[in-house]
Amino acid sequence: MVQEPILTARGLVKRYGRVTALDNADFDLYPGEILAVIGDNGAGKSSMIKAISGAVTPDDGEIRLEGQLIQFRSPIEARKAGIETVYQNLALSPALSIADNIFLGRELRKPGIMGKWFRKLDRTAMERFARDKLSELGLMTIQNINQAVETLSGGQRQGVAVARAAAFGSKVIILDEPTAALGVKESRRVLELILDVRRRGIPIVLISHNMPHVFEVADRIHVHRLGRRLCVINPKDYSMSDAVAFMTGAKAPAEPVAA
Amino acid sequence: MTEPQAANPHHEYEKVLSGSSTQVASFDTHERSVLQKCQHFLHSSPAAVPLIVLIMSIAIFGMLLGTKFFSAFTLTLILQQVAIVGIVGAAQTLVILTAGIDLSVGAIMVLSSVVMGQFTFRYGLPPTVAILCGFAVGAFCGWINGQLVARMKLPPFIVTLGMWQIVLASNFLYSANETIRSQDIAQQAPILQFFGSNIRIGGAVFTYGVIVMVLLVALLWYVLNRTAWGRHVYAVGDDPEAAELAGVNVKRMLVSVYTLSGLICALAGWALIGRIGSVSPTAGQFANIESITAVVIGGISLFGGRGSILGMIFGALIVGVFSLGLRLIGTDPQWTYLLIGVLIIAAVAIDQWIRKVSG
Repeated sequence: MVQEPILTARGLVKRYGRVTALDNADFDLYPGEILAVIGDNGAGKSSMIKAISGAVTPDDGEIRLEGQLIQFRSPIEARKAGIETVYQNLALSPALSIADNIFLGRELRKPGIMGKWFRKLDRTAMERFARDKLSELGLMTIQNINQAVETLSGGQRQGVAVARAAAFGSKVIILDEPTAALGVKESRRVLELILDVRRRGIPIVLISHNMPHVFEVADRIHVHRLGRRLCVINPKDYSMSDAVAFMTGAKAPAEPVAA
Repeated sequence: MTEPQAANPHHEYEKVLSGSSTQVASFDTHERSVLQKCQHFLHSSPAAVPLIVLIMSIAIFGMLLGTKFFSAFTLTLILQQVAIVGIVGAAQTLVILTAGIDLSVGAIMVLSSVVMGQFTFRYGLPPTVAILCGFAVGAFCGWINGQLVARMKLPPFIVTLGMWQIVLASNFLYSANETIRSQDIAQQAPILQFFGSNIRIGGAVFTYGVIVMVLLVALLWYVLNRTAWGRHVYAVGDDPEAAELAGVNVKRMLVSVYTLSGLICALAGWALIGRIGSVSPTAGQFANIESITAVVIGGISLFGGRGSILGMIFGALIVGVFSLGLRLIGTDPQWTYLLIGVLIIAAVAIDQWIRKVSG
């Protein structure tokens, strides 16, 4: 690929006491791609993702978004810069409605005096926007956008969380184990949703333990091992067992780092 | 990059899916039993249960007592009796919606009323300034609660249990256990008794305390349901971590809730002077328990994030209706407490049942 990467990390280091979770880790995400990040438990992939999404501050190394050096002190800052993360626990408020959840933390107020002085929320606009975004992603036939999120199924909740991430003109979406808690049918729906988001041109970082899912949707696979990037492979050139062999150390990759 | 063929099954074990139903992620429209529909309705309107109980209890006492109970005077008397609990309950509602609890509400109320009285009579300050000082003291006590809960991460129960004792003791130490008499207030600083004045419409008597309670609850209902701050109160009570990740400043939110709670308690303190006429450091001893009772009977979940402030006011009125109704019938007042105890347990049981709707 000759494109410039949209998001890069160089030489990330993160230590927790005597444990080095990230040991000079590098990372590259190109526009419009789905990059899967795989690695054994404790390989440091979640530390790397947390560094990129602002949840932890790395001890050393630099992160660039569209060439600009960035330093996040919180996930909210990362989100403002355009990096949206869908956490494994989804970060939804179960008792609030779908629309409320999509706008949580960035509500729209009514124009004019009602919004400025009485800080009244523009519910109609928020509901319309939420419904549009959900149907745009072909997500669901919404009957009631004011339904509480806790009344939705696991896949529907995942859908709401992904729609929220994709709705606000984000540059990068990070999905942490989006299919881990789902059944076969719902996983399929979420994978379609991921591909749908890519079709809209938003690059995705997909963290998953599920090899069939990774090999199905990913354009490139970043293999993380012992706190650093071991290699980046093209899922068309390697089999699932190769990937598992790389990430567990049973086999060394042929070329060092292809990116 | 190749165009993905998303809809097709990619793996052997998924092949069977092609023949299966494609309606995966649409809302269920299957037939629900009457009980389930009822559960759903209650889930979406949390103030419905206390409202139904309130209407039923008014109807039952009305049938038993006739016009003795069912008169404008008696019904507005109930409102007057619940005004203080209603105002303190509004403060309690805010805190409980964030999955906290405020045991210090009664103490903050009394301290604020004592400050309003003593600043006027001991230091000779203009009563309006003394009232503002009372509000400042109330807000400050709430702010300390909020700081300890949000920044020090101490459990709200412990923080407010401690503050209850601290504030109550400060109240007795500062006031030297001295009551300011009603006549003195009426002569020198009638504004302190402002909320005791009333409007009469026929037999109905509305004190300003009742009116301010209704206005306060209406205002808070608007804030909780129609502003971002209000939605954040629910989100924080529901799941603070999710709220934080979604972009809510949880610490600032908690501090603002506890501070506002203290401020509302000070308002209750002012209304208390209007209700009892005098400024007494021993008044309002049970306001904290009564406010929690109103909130729980009102169907607001003690686990946070669920319920409506309207439920709280219905809960307070239910208690008021039972107390006055049973007194008019002439039973032992212990029956009131017994029935309220039953109501509390029933309310929490219903709350647990409604929550199962998500299952």
